[in-house]
Amino acid sequence: MRDKLYTRREWIRNLCLTALSGSAISLISSCGKEEVEDFLQKHFLEMTREEKEALITRLEARYLKKYGRKFKVSAQEAIPDTLWGYGLDLSRCIGCRRCVYACVEENNSSRLKPQSQWIRVIRLKKGSLVDLENSEHYYNPDLVPEKDFLYMPVQCQHCENPPCVKVCPVHATWKEPDGLVVVDYNWCIGCRYCIAACPYRGRIFNWAEPNVPSDQWNTSVHYLGNRPRMRNVVDKCTYCIQRVRVGRYPACVEACPTGSRKFGNLLDPQSEIRYVIENKRTFRLKEDLRTEPKFYYFFEA
Amino acid sequence: MQALRETLHETWRFYRKTLTLVLTGTREYYLWCLLLLSIMFLGLLFYLPQVYTGLITTNMKDQVVWGLYIANFTYLVGVAAAAVLLVVPAYIYQFGPIKEIVVLGELFAASSIIMALLFVMVDLGRVDRFWHMLPLIGSMNFPNSLLAWDVIVLNIYLVLNLLIPVYLLVKTYYGKEPNRKFIVPLILFSIPMAVAIHTVTAFLYNGLPARPFWNASILAPRFLASAFCSGPAIIIIVFQILREYTFIKLEDRALFKIAELMAYAMFLNLFLLMSEMFKEYYSNTVHIASLKYLYEGLHGKNALVPWIWVGTAMNLIAFVIFLFPAMRKRLSTLNIGCILIIAGVWIEKGPGLVIPGFVPDPLGEIYEYMPNFTELFISFGIWATGLLIFTLLMKVAIPIASGEFSHAKYIEERPASDWQ
Repeated sequence: MRDKLYTRREWIRNLCLTALSGSAISLISSCGKEEVEDFLQKHFLEMTREEKEALITRLEARYLKKYGRKFKVSAQEAIPDTLWGYGLDLSRCIGCRRCVYACVEENNSSRLKPQSQWIRVIRLKKGSLVDLENSEHYYNPDLVPEKDFLYMPVQCQHCENPPCVKVCPVHATWKEPDGLVVVDYNWCIGCRYCIAACPYRGRIFNWAEPNVPSDQWNTSVHYLGNRPRMRNVVDKCTYCIQRVRVGRYPACVEACPTGSRKFGNLLDPQSEIRYVIENKRTFRLKEDLRTEPKFYYFFEA
Repeated sequence: MQALRETLHETWRFYRKTLTLVLTGTREYYLWCLLLLSIMFLGLLFYLPQVYTGLITTNMKDQVVWGLYIANFTYLVGVAAAAVLLVVPAYIYQFGPIKEIVVLGELFAASSIIMALLFVMVDLGRVDRFWHMLPLIGSMNFPNSLLAWDVIVLNIYLVLNLLIPVYLLVKTYYGKEPNRKFIVPLILFSIPMAVAIHTVTAFLYNGLPARPFWNASILAPRFLASAFCSGPAIIIIVFQILREYTFIKLEDRALFKIAELMAYAMFLNLFLLMSEMFKEYYSNTVHIASLKYLYEGLHGKNALVPWIWVGTAMNLIAFVIFLFPAMRKRLSTLNIGCILIIAGVWIEKGPGLVIPGFVPDPLGEIYEYMPNFTELFISFGIWATGLLIFTLLMKVAIPIASGEFSHAKYIEERPASDWQ
């Protein structure tokens, strides 16, 4: 009897040990070098210049291996004396959504399952401009514009008082010196509190690993902008940080067929955006919340 | 040397005995633990794909970014805060019968906090980066982010609710009187902390001007009032079960005292709800949209309407039951009232609070969220985890409280050979 008990006990112990070592080995082997590097990666703003350079080399190598494309990752800092501002002419916008798709392509957003878009164009009945509760998100006529409607594209408004930055529990999102609100995708813990706090729906969650066909990657990327994201982190419009910091327009400005979109430096009196603010009748969305957006809607006089 | 050996020996015996207590029991006990373990395992089976595929396995979307997990989190913080309702009368007013069960009530609060924290953990997209939130090691956004505040107060409350009962139990084990100078300040401190965890959790929602449904200053008082309804209701049920299956002695008088206090809380809860309803419906501004979605439906979308009305009816019937002493002082009606208020408050401040905050979204889109199987089973798994933790704690705490597992018993049972 005693012997029998012992064999059974031994058998159970051996089983447990086998299971334990088996799971340990699989756990360690699945935890590759990349995972360890990611796990230990510091906050972007706390890295030295050398650390940033090393990180970029590492990312470029990794993207080449993972996506089979040669990426150029930039970490270019803000241009001094710059505060980016956006203008959108509501009397010209025809609601064609070309900006939406140009943005998706430029910024390497997930194409399908999940589909991820940083710009949302809503359709409003003429006569009630900011009645957002009666907005139409999935309008789909044969031809735009339609007689009784006007269209309002909404994206991150790059607030001077961003509520999303205030609520982030880990400082994973912040306002850059040129006014751009950015996210360190490697620091975000995916709690989505910032999405709850945003009054403009300016933030999008990567509900799964982003899905971009390998021939459609835009390989010119910025660390804080359009570089390939990972699952379960938040991303958002950066006014195309990878473009504007090298003197180009955001992709949505270039894509707009009606010239409704204006962009420029708010601190430069000669800029297009300053001209808009001084000469047009501008307003900002939900000004009563005191978020101070740097995104001005306006009308032709 | 002898004394040290003695202490080590007793410690070893204490752990062995604890393990024996946990591992042996009646057939019902084994079945109960097995049931909980299998629910936990099922939850884990759903959790792993969620981690490796992403939160796309849930029904949450960019329009409604928090769902069943955060709803349960909110509810459980309230349940945990309710321990204060047991602590206040027992220690301040020296009310006899309640004192016996305060230790067990605080262990219940600790189990609830563990569940609440687990619900936050499963909701986190990048649980691997959890350390980013820790103070000193990570980069905690304190004092700006209310979520940082919540992490701090919840952990302090958890430590308090483990420390106090464990200290009292250890003293009971040795048959000594607790050092009042040490424990009374801690107990008194746990009272404002209970209020704090629930206030901070309310402020987490309250501080978002983007969401008018939550951006009402009545939210924190409502949270507290509803917590003082549902938490004690669960405790009344749990202690009747413990009384039935263990030898813990507990007078009906203690339960009725808790029920009386609950009646006040229920009145306050309904009054605050009415104040909110009046303000929204009478002023009828754009801010009413979420409330309308919840109670009537909006633009033909009305997934939550049946739920909230069932919840409201439950809360009203429970209030009537608790209002009349004849009904709350009879166990059968008291238990019906408790079950109604547990479910009613869960609907009202769980899904009924979290989901409408996101509907319509800031640009007016309506996405009708309903949890899917992944969310349901992970939630069941967490509830089972909490119940298992509480069961195991009870399995050890009750023999200590009853004197069956004590130092005196150890002296009696000690083999003669160890004595030399």
